Amino acid sequence: MRGFAQLFKQLDQTTKTTAKISALVEYFSTAEDKDKVWAIALFSHRRPKRTVTTTLLREWSAELGDLPLWLFEESYHIVGDLAETIALITPQATKVSEKSLSEWIDIIMRLKDEDEAVKKSTIIEAWSSLNQDERFLFNKLITGGFRVGISQKSIIKALSKYSGIEESKITHRLMGTWDPTTITFEELVLASNPTEDLSKPYPFYLAYALDIDIDQLGDPEAWSAERKWDGIRGQLILRGGAYYLWSRGEELVSEKFPELAFLKDKIDKDIVIDGEILPYRDGLPLNFNTLQTRIGRKNVTKKHLLDAPVIIMAYDLLEYDGEDIREKPLRIRRSLLKETVQNIDSDRLLLSEEVKFDSWDELSIERDRSREFLSEGIMLKHKSSPYKSGRKKGDWWKWKVDPLTIDAVMIYAQRGHGRRANLYSDFTFAVADGDRLVPFTKAYSGLKDTEFKEITQWVKKNTRERFGPVSSVNPELVFEIAFEGIAKSTRHKSGVALRFPRIKRWRKDKPKEEINTLEDLNNILANFG
Amino acid sequence: MQLIEFTEEGLYVPQADVYIDPWKPVNKAFITHGHSDHSRYGNKSYICTHSALPVIKHRLGSHINARGADYGEEISVNGVKFSFHPAGHIIGSAQIKVEYKGEIWVASGDYKTTPDGVSEDFESVKCHSFITESTFGLPVFKWKAQSEIMSEINEWWKSNKEQGKVSVLAAYSLGKAQRIINNVDHSIGKIFTHGAVENVNEVIRRQGVHLHETNRVIQGQKQSLYEGSLVIAPPSAVDSAWSKKFKDFSSGIASGWMAMRGTRRRRSADRGFILSDHADWDQLVNAIKATEAEKIYVTHGYTDIFSKYLSSIGYYSAVVDTEYTGDELNTEPIVEEANRATSA
Repeated sequence: MRGFAQLFKQLDQTTKTTAKISALVEYFSTAEDKDKVWAIALFSHRRPKRTVTTTLLREWSAELGDLPLWLFEESYHIVGDLAETIALITPQATKVSEKSLSEWIDIIMRLKDEDEAVKKSTIIEAWSSLNQDERFLFNKLITGGFRVGISQKSIIKALSKYSGIEESKITHRLMGTWDPTTITFEELVLASNPTEDLSKPYPFYLAYALDIDIDQLGDPEAWSAERKWDGIRGQLILRGGAYYLWSRGEELVSEKFPELAFLKDKIDKDIVIDGEILPYRDGLPLNFNTLQTRIGRKNVTKKHLLDAPVIIMAYDLLEYDGEDIREKPLRIRRSLLKETVQNIDSDRLLLSEEVKFDSWDELSIERDRSREFLSEGIMLKHKSSPYKSGRKKGDWWKWKVDPLTIDAVMIYAQRGHGRRANLYSDFTFAVADGDRLVPFTKAYSGLKDTEFKEITQWVKKNTRERFGPVSSVNPELVFEIAFEGIAKSTRHKSGVALRFPRIKRWRKDKPKEEINTLEDLNNILANFG
Repeated sequence: MQLIEFTEEGLYVPQADVYIDPWKPVNKAFITHGHSDHSRYGNKSYICTHSALPVIKHRLGSHINARGADYGEEISVNGVKFSFHPAGHIIGSAQIKVEYKGEIWVASGDYKTTPDGVSEDFESVKCHSFITESTFGLPVFKWKAQSEIMSEINEWWKSNKEQGKVSVLAAYSLGKAQRIINNVDHSIGKIFTHGAVENVNEVIRRQGVHLHETNRVIQGQKQSLYEGSLVIAPPSAVDSAWSKKFKDFSSGIASGWMAMRGTRRRRSADRGFILSDHADWDQLVNAIKATEAEKIYVTHGYTDIFSKYLSSIGYYSAVVDTEYTGDELNTEPIVEEANRATSA
């Protein structure tokens, strides 16, 4: 574990990508093959199956630290990370362990069928033989979520540097399903002819938000525009008579959408389509919320299929008749896509239609209509663009519709956790209803650190009452709140629920008497809900 | 009438008409230590320890009506006995003991109970009511020994030096800076200081405290002068354009907040060193137990949680709203203190 802890510390201590990559290369050059596989797995969000519940971990660590459970929970809330809280609260190690990363993982996995007493003694034994950094990582092996600011790209770069194999090949090899408990480093990274895997997706091409004036894109003729649909980006793979569906998070979600499986019988060519998994009925997309109700579930029920039916809204064609066509210009891929969608001829696979425009002004008007189509804005693609890997600037842009906004007053402030542990950072906002203030949303992002500091000082001096970490404050500070959508809600006092609320800016210029009212909020609901 | 009342101006001793660390101007202020949230402008008179006085005058101006007292010296005001006792926080820092007709209160300001080699060592004072901070009043805060942290800093400095880099370390200019200056390994290289730190150093040297040799960073000096050295500056300067004058440097922060990965990452320094001038969880709890007090008032930090914990282990405990911050990262004024002193 020491080598892995050393690597983690190096990654955690620097913000420079080059330093991170060289730390990884060094690790790959010295670690055991088994540990390397696990390191790759952990940094790409794979972890051993959980064999101990977090509830038990909390209880045992509070007990070991001689603390009441509520105090453990308060500490956890402020630290913001369970594995870290446990590592900080449990006493210093009394022994030293020479076990490797994969040996510890074996120990954790073997707990699966053990009774609680064995689990407890094993975990406590581990805590008392690992130092604080190692303890943190050991806990992470159980809880998951290694957020160390290391992107998949850096791992790939490092592996490429270490092995001398091209980055694109490694990208492909690391994608898809592989099991770190059985695969060897040789098979995963080095094998020159990896077993033919029909399910392997291509890396997604992601667009940046347009950050320049639209006119600067030049001749509108050179660009193609589509609606930006509000579902889950996905890759539909129909190869060798099989159906696979990948989400953008490199997750294989075929089984979550069985209603699309029949598509495999509708075509005899191998194809790969980039599109949006979109809840859709009677010629119209449904609210994103309807999709959310089924993606979290393990098993899809009949009710899901009825309430949240999905289609693929096709954007692009990456593979045609078994051939990788990503380097061909968009206009060619598009026409092949159109033909393919027509041939398949199903109401479950639609072509994301082009939005016609002759000038940027015309497109701007179309963009303003985005909410009518339940879309988030416009996607712009250069007609001669290839299909690139990852997030790239230049050829593709997302041009989102401006968010809805409302001016509101802060009424509660809550101490932050994690990165903002010593600041007030979570706020509740209210609109006016006559003399009354009606809370309608929480928001915690959008301000600069200096502003958080200023507000923290202010909150300390303007607290009315405390409820644990939450302070009610004098209603004086006015903020402009931006949000992407609005829906009726019976769970909220105000009767509305906002999508992606965040703080747009601090309206120091605006007195609290001039904030928006509940009526204003209801008008927005009537227009956009 | 409580011996010490909690008023809008600050901690107030009505029998003596004396305030302790007031945040609004008053006639008579007893001051625990020289940090700006405890010693503020505008009071008609100030009393603090002899060793805290020079820094307070430096910060607030030499014209202020201020006098010093020895640790342990008894000062009587209308029958109330006041005395200063070491708080171990920074040079000259004190807990203020207030005694009237056999009842004893202690206002501890900010404190830590482990020696740091620069500040006067903390002394426990028995009392009936104890007013405590709780800046790091969560059980996740457990400091390592100072020597361990100093060797981490030494290692970092050494490795930077080998790579031809400057080591820029952010530390509060009054207290932590001097602690680091005296406790790092001087054989590694030279120590440079930001103006705000060096001004405090000058004041402290003048009062007869030994500080290891430091050199002020001056605009326009040659880069090669700094190579391989340790530069100590307030956190606000390290974050600002000021640090850009060093071509190739590694940045570090010395603060108790560095114990949490989240705060460490938010600061985006290369290294975080867990070094605080405040008590950690165990020190707070043990210090309180040692006073044998029954009533504990918690003034700043994780007040609600810490007070709830004290109640759960049998104390009468209450949260008191004050304007003390005790914060080591977010509150140090950016203005160089010397400029203030002359304009005040």
